[in-house]
Amino acid sequence: MSADPISTEPVSTSSHILGPVDQIPFGEGRAFGVDGEQVAVFRLRDGTLRALSAVCPHRGGPIADGTIDREVVMCPLHQHAFSLETGCSSTGAEPLRTYSVQEDAEQNIVLKYPHIRGNSLA
Amino acid sequence: MTSVLDRPQGRHAGAAPRRRLVVVGNGMAGARAVEEILARGGAEQFTITMFGDEPYGNYNRIMLSHVLSGEESDADIFLNALPWYRENSITLHAGVRVDRIDKFTKHVFSNDGRVTPYDTLIIATGSRSHMPPMDGLYTPGGSVKHGVFGFRTIDDTRRMVQHAQQEHHRRAVVIGGGLLGLEAAYGLKSHGIDVEVVHSGGHLMNAQMGPDGGAVLRRSVEALGIRVHTSSRTTAVLGSDMVSGVSLRDREDIACDMVVVAAGIRPNVDVAVLSGLPVERAIVVDDRLRVQDEDDIYAVGECVQHRGEVYGLVAPLWEQAVVLANHVTGVDTSAAYLGSRTATKLKVAGVDVASMGLHGPEFDTDEHIVFSEPSRGIFKSIVVRDNKMVGATLLGDSRKVAYLTQAYDRGLPLPDERIALMFDVGGPGEAVGVAELDDGAQVCNCNGVSKKALVDAVKGGCSTVSGAMDATRAGKGCGSCKLLVRQVVEWAADGAVEEDPAASYYVPGIPLDKPALMAAIRKQGLRSVSQVFTALAPGSAEDAKSKMGLASLLKMMLADRYIDERDARFINDRVHANIQRDGTFSVVPQMKGGVTSVQQLRRIADVAEKHNVPLIKLTGGQRIDLLGIPKEDLPQVWADLDMPSGYAYGKSFRTVKTCVGKDFCRYGTGDSTKLGIEIESRFQGIESPAKLKLAVSGCPRNCAESLVKDVGVVAVEGGRWELYVGGAAGAHIRKGDLLATVDHPEEVKVLTGRFMQYYREQANWLERTYSFVPRVGIEHLRAVIVEDSEGVAAQLDAAMQASVDSYVDPWSERDDPLTPGQFRTSLPLTVLPQVPVR
Repeated sequence: MSADPISTEPVSTSSHILGPVDQIPFGEGRAFGVDGEQVAVFRLRDGTLRALSAVCPHRGGPIADGTIDREVVMCPLHQHAFSLETGCSSTGAEPLRTYSVQEDAEQNIVLKYPHIRGNSLA
Repeated sequence: MTSVLDRPQGRHAGAAPRRRLVVVGNGMAGARAVEEILARGGAEQFTITMFGDEPYGNYNRIMLSHVLSGEESDADIFLNALPWYRENSITLHAGVRVDRIDKFTKHVFSNDGRVTPYDTLIIATGSRSHMPPMDGLYTPGGSVKHGVFGFRTIDDTRRMVQHAQQEHHRRAVVIGGGLLGLEAAYGLKSHGIDVEVVHSGGHLMNAQMGPDGGAVLRRSVEALGIRVHTSSRTTAVLGSDMVSGVSLRDREDIACDMVVVAAGIRPNVDVAVLSGLPVERAIVVDDRLRVQDEDDIYAVGECVQHRGEVYGLVAPLWEQAVVLANHVTGVDTSAAYLGSRTATKLKVAGVDVASMGLHGPEFDTDEHIVFSEPSRGIFKSIVVRDNKMVGATLLGDSRKVAYLTQAYDRGLPLPDERIALMFDVGGPGEAVGVAELDDGAQVCNCNGVSKKALVDAVKGGCSTVSGAMDATRAGKGCGSCKLLVRQVVEWAADGAVEEDPAASYYVPGIPLDKPALMAAIRKQGLRSVSQVFTALAPGSAEDAKSKMGLASLLKMMLADRYIDERDARFINDRVHANIQRDGTFSVVPQMKGGVTSVQQLRRIADVAEKHNVPLIKLTGGQRIDLLGIPKEDLPQVWADLDMPSGYAYGKSFRTVKTCVGKDFCRYGTGDSTKLGIEIESRFQGIESPAKLKLAVSGCPRNCAESLVKDVGVVAVEGGRWELYVGGAAGAHIRKGDLLATVDHPEEVKVLTGRFMQYYREQANWLERTYSFVPRVGIEHLRAVIVEDSEGVAAQLDAAMQASVDSYVDPWSERDDPLTPGQFRTSLPLTVLPQVPVR
């Protein structure tokens, strides 16, 4: 379940600036509340960002506390693994939702957030 | 200790009252029936209560032979451990036996004095080892003589292993040359015991195969060094207090230290007989699995007689459970059990054995196709009637099993060239058998995985057998289907299946075993986890699953020269607390040797009050656990506590449990409290391949439970101290092995440190000492650690000292987070699942 490509949904997508990228250490994740949703943003060791829904579909585990590599995040509660790219689980769990995320010129995290439920608080 | 007690969810107001389902028996049949009932929405219809004779969750009895041989730990064979019952709101009375059923008032009476009402009852009492009549089996007191074992339960198996591991026990006799007897013989052989099998039948496994197959099997078994006596009956067990041998009819006595009776099983029908239910060979049931003439009582499994048949295999039990569940839940009231065609497919004593239907021809018109190659241990026999397969025996080569099983089950038409049933003549090999399987055919019966599910996993990119097993959970149950799983995966991958050598790797992401990995790290001077990935991982790829193990290894090897990268740590080690099921954390301040003070208690109470700690709990390691602390509050909680971390998280040295010792106790012979505190002070925070829990007891009464700790110390008379290693009392239970007896507490500390360092250097990642110690052997450990036979003692001591010297209380960083947002919440906005607050 991927939210890409963002450019084809101009009407239903909004951008959120989540603040400076250096609030996330390399190789770790942090959780952000966006539009009433929890989003886990990860900063890979190469500096690129990935964003996924922050709640493990298995038992509600905090995905942002997971251990990552370049491909996957592992939920800390029961070690379910999810692709950082697609959100799909390689361990049989339901997939996580993915978001498009980038760093802008001011080194801020920019999350593209599709309004699938039309409940934007912005 | 970190577990949080749960309690059943509250009932929905206004819901219809649930019927009471009581299940007598918590083995494979009882639990499977309940699983099938739950799968049909049974949780909405019933409040479920289960009684089990054994004090455990339910486990896979078939795998006991693997536990005996040491291929699996007993923790690995549980199908549903205790949390499963909690999660499904099932009340389990484990270790409680049901004595009687009152079918008129609908109550069950159990031996704990409990009277339990039911609306629907399921009897799944299984069977027990049959002890054939022979002299000397029992002591005058009526119990089985010491050294005589059945082979039926996890406790039987543990006792056999324990007995076999005692040094002066060298010889065993197994009575019974069937499947179970051969498994027992093979398992004991792997403990270095001389084994002889005494079998009353004319050939081995006579229930599953004919004499020719039995002869080939005998050759294979004898090649393992197991002696076999067929057509022979044991008439007496010799020895007064202990077993000293057996007497045979027509043959000389055999001297031995243990006797395993594997002469078949008998259904457990006592409860049914006593309660006035119809019992012939077993409890008589109809096609709905309902006990004859009873409306509300069902029975399932080995305690059941259906259409005159009693089954002792797993497959019929699965089929029965489905039919029973359909009726009990009302999902399909037309379901009928019409009996099972039984096929056995197993590795017996290391030999592949498959058997189904007839062993040999019965009518003149039956075709019998036989191939025998005894020198290679291969034998194949197929019986054909009216162009349908009615029986087969395969020994030593099970490549055609998948196809033959299906041909047998479904009566498929057979090829004109019968030899194609046994061999792939000019065909593309073993894949044919798999290719012919239906998509819907169930490959793994434990987890209900179909051929299609496995094929889909392979198509989805799982190109190794273990990968496909992980993705589908196939083969994760009893494991008897692993061969077939491998065949299906290889077929689906069309030859592109990758070998999975990862089993020997220290961590999955680096293709090196521990010694080679350590050597490479030393040689290249690597000092951080990311450096290790860059230098040693294929494609320099990071691997999330490998990070924690590498971080631990590097810290152990390098002490203060280790470059600590926080992303390599598990969340517990990033915030120095233990993550709980709701994403909050538990905080355990250090309390050395379980000793505390007024000031500490007051401070802990104040902190708990100030932070509204939802649960305060004493741990099994004699400390106080503050549960339910949000991550963002951790620094303040620790600042308010102003105590060092108790390391109740992570793979490291944790705690030293102590008893009161000699100052107060009337029996204490040594100052266990003082020594416990000294050990805990010395080794605090030391990383290791798995957690380490220690104990010191002041006298052999062992109030600190030292015999079941990773390292346990016991003071004995004369000012001496015994050191035990490799004990455990968790999911796995093991009494530690005596490493040494020493004269002085200082020697205890030296040997403890040396053992821990050796374990840190040699053990596999996540290998607890209860696996490590038996793997390397206590004699070897004694030689290296106590006698310094390899001359490495000084090195081990120095390495441990370096680790001790580099200890820093992790909570010293509480005022100055090491990474941005280190203690920022990761909780969902709506917290789920909620942990109940007491």
